Amino acid sequence: MTEVVFYIFAAAAVLSATLCILQRSPMVSALWLVSTMFSLAAIYVLLNAQFIAAIQVLVYAGAIMVLFLFVIMLLNLGHADSDLRGPSTVAASLVIVGLLAVELLALTRYTPRRLATELSQWPTFTDPATAFVAGQLTQQEGATRGVVGALAAPLFQTYLIPFEITSILLLAAIVGAVVLAKRDV
Amino acid sequence: MLLGPSLALSALLFSLGVAGVLLRRNAIVLFMCIELMLNAVNLTFVALAQLHGASGYVMVFFVMTVAAAEAAVGLAIIIGIFRHKQSVDLGNINLLRG
Repeated sequence: MTEVVFYIFAAAAVLSATLCILQRSPMVSALWLVSTMFSLAAIYVLLNAQFIAAIQVLVYAGAIMVLFLFVIMLLNLGHADSDLRGPSTVAASLVIVGLLAVELLALTRYTPRRLATELSQWPTFTDPATAFVAGQLTQQEGATRGVVGALAAPLFQTYLIPFEITSILLLAAIVGAVVLAKRDV
Repeated sequence: MLLGPSLALSALLFSLGVAGVLLRRNAIVLFMCIELMLNAVNLTFVALAQLHGASGYVMVFFVMTVAAAEAAVGLAIIIGIFRHKQSVDLGNINLLRG
C-alpha cells in the first residue's frame, strides 16, 4: 500500500517538474513547481518525516513560492515569449542531462544491505548489523518522544552553533534584499 | 523503507532541475529550477536519514534556510536587473562580456 502511494506521488512529482521546466509562462511554471513540492511533502510523510513534510509545505510551497509569484506579478511576466535556447545548445544540454541522470540513477542500486556491507569495510565500522543503529534509534525516539522531539534534540544539542549561525545568514539575507531592492542603487 | 525508489526520484528531479537551468533563459524560471534541485537533494537527505539518524533531518533544515535566503537575495537582484534592462532574459544580461 505504501509503495503504491509512493509511486503515485513520485509520478506526480516528476510530471509536474517536467511541466514546470517546459511551460512558457513563468506563472504556470511556478504553479507546477508548487505541485512538485506538495508531492514531495507527501513522499516525506511516507518516509516517516512528518515534521519535514509540514515545513516543506509551510516554507517551500508557502513562503518561497509566494515570493516567486509576487516577483512574477510585480514584473508583469505572466505572458512571456518562448525563451528556450538555440537548437545546438538544447541538444548539448540534453546529452549532459542524460549522462547526469544515468550517473545518479546508478546510485539507486544501493540497497541498505549492500550499503551496510560496504560501510563495514571501513575502519570505523565493524559489523554490518550495527551500521545503521543511528537510524533505528531515531525511529524509536520518534515513537516515544514524538517526531519533533527526535529532530529537536540533535538540532539544539549537536548542531546548536550551526543553528545560531543560520540566524546571522538570515539577517544578512534580509539586509541584502532590502539594500538590493532599493530604488537608487 | 523505499530507499532505492527515493534515490531514483531524487536523481530524476535533480536532472530535471539541471535541464531547466540549461534550457531556459528566463532568470526567474532558472531560479525555480535551482529550488527544484535543492528539493531533490532534500529528498536524498530524508531518505538516508532513515538509516543514518536525525542528522539528515537537521541538514534538511539548513538547506531550507539557505534556500529561503537565496530566494530573497536572488529575487532582489532580479528586480534590480529588471529596472536596468526592462527584461529578465539572460541573453540580454551581458554587461560582463569581455
